[in-house]
Amino acid sequence: MSEFFSRGFGGRRRPPEGKADRIPPGQYYEAGFPVLTAGPTPQVDTGSWSFRVDGVVGAARSWSWEEFQALPFEEVPCDIHCVTKWSKLDTSFRGVSVDTLLEGAEPLGDYAMAFSYGGYTTNLPLEDLTDGKAWVVTEWEGEPLPVEHGGPARLLVPHLYFWKSAKWVAGLRLMDHDEPGFWESNGYHMHGDPWREERYWND
Amino acid sequence: MERLTPEPAAAVVPKAPGRWQLATVTAITVETPTVKSFTLALPIWMPHLPGQHYDVRLTAPDGYQAQRSYSIASSPLREGEIELTIDRLDDGEVSPYFHDVVEVGDRIEVRGPFAAYFVWTGEEPTLLLGGGSGVVPLMAMLRHKRLTAPSLEMRLIYSVRLASDVIYAAELAAGDETQLTYTRVPPPGWEGHTGRVDAAMIAASGVDPARGAAFACGSHGFVETSSRLLLEAGFAPERIKTERYGPTG
Repeated sequence: MSEFFSRGFGGRRRPPEGKADRIPPGQYYEAGFPVLTAGPTPQVDTGSWSFRVDGVVGAARSWSWEEFQALPFEEVPCDIHCVTKWSKLDTSFRGVSVDTLLEGAEPLGDYAMAFSYGGYTTNLPLEDLTDGKAWVVTEWEGEPLPVEHGGPARLLVPHLYFWKSAKWVAGLRLMDHDEPGFWESNGYHMHGDPWREERYWND
Repeated sequence: MERLTPEPAAAVVPKAPGRWQLATVTAITVETPTVKSFTLALPIWMPHLPGQHYDVRLTAPDGYQAQRSYSIASSPLREGEIELTIDRLDDGEVSPYFHDVVEVGDRIEVRGPFAAYFVWTGEEPTLLLGGGSGVVPLMAMLRHKRLTAPSLEMRLIYSVRLASDVIYAAELAAGDETQLTYTRVPPPGWEGHTGRVDAAMIAASGVDPARGAAFACGSHGFVETSSRLLLEAGFAPERIKTERYGPTG
């Protein structure tokens, strides 16, 4: 629908100079970091925290918080895009690459379900999690990840809408087929590429 | 330009949800000094679930577009139209447009209805907790309850700052479902609850936590407090649904 324009609309939240090409279609530039969560915020203690890789794998793996801290951490500068329309540019997280977490696990399926403390789930094709595209992060802009943003640890998959970056993540379950997670069962897209505006089921 | 492929048959034109369409504004109601409701007539209408939202897209003459999601305030029994209630955010670009520019007869590009999580599908008893404009999707639930099952047990706890902030004031006062609380200035002579929502208000609703479903919508802080109180009151976590509004957290 290209011909229509909105009478008297000029646009007041245009992105800063030179950054327009980093804002996907239908998104707007947001300097803050809004909080969007379905249900109560789970309180996860690092003393009992663990991260697991299981499902259709050759060898299931699990790390305690202490063991996880000993893994190689990477700084991840990125832009993030929430399906509720805001995009945040030039932010950064710190965490462990999913490639590292899958090493030795021998994934035998092409899909994964991220699962979280509190019961949240979201599905991703394995190819969106590997080759330096996804991390499990515990820091945001130099500080421990705040609990309302998924602390102590969340998945980070910046090239997909941010609901795929599961807060309070507890593990990845490898699957031999795709299956909808929480939002994907409730009207949101199975894949969620912001550059293709894959927001809802029919997109 | 002539079409290279035949026109699609009417039967295969996709129905909403998902398809952008041009709605026409048929009524505007001033709810409070910063809140207005807009009735939109839709060429492709489908019934929504109370709690669902529509996406709105504005297009500037140079092609710049802005999208936002707005909760539906109306019952799905209002065939052919939806009502969106929009709070004016001074630093926004879509809500000020609705408030300052949009008139009856204007056309607005929309698509929906979307999302199937924060929706009321007849659960009983139900406790609704709304903070400020967070009452909007809850109003769709309350309106639909009144139209379809008036005797069903549904209560609304509604937190506002001042008397002038109450959206749907007359309509809420026409029933007995609502417990209001004023966090800043109660109206003269007010003998009801003041201050933030607390455990006593939840208990006073009479909704049995062992059987009840709860829907909380408002700012991040409001929803965090509400869901903590609901958990402490004994509501099961899986029966507490939340939706957070507001610019930043």
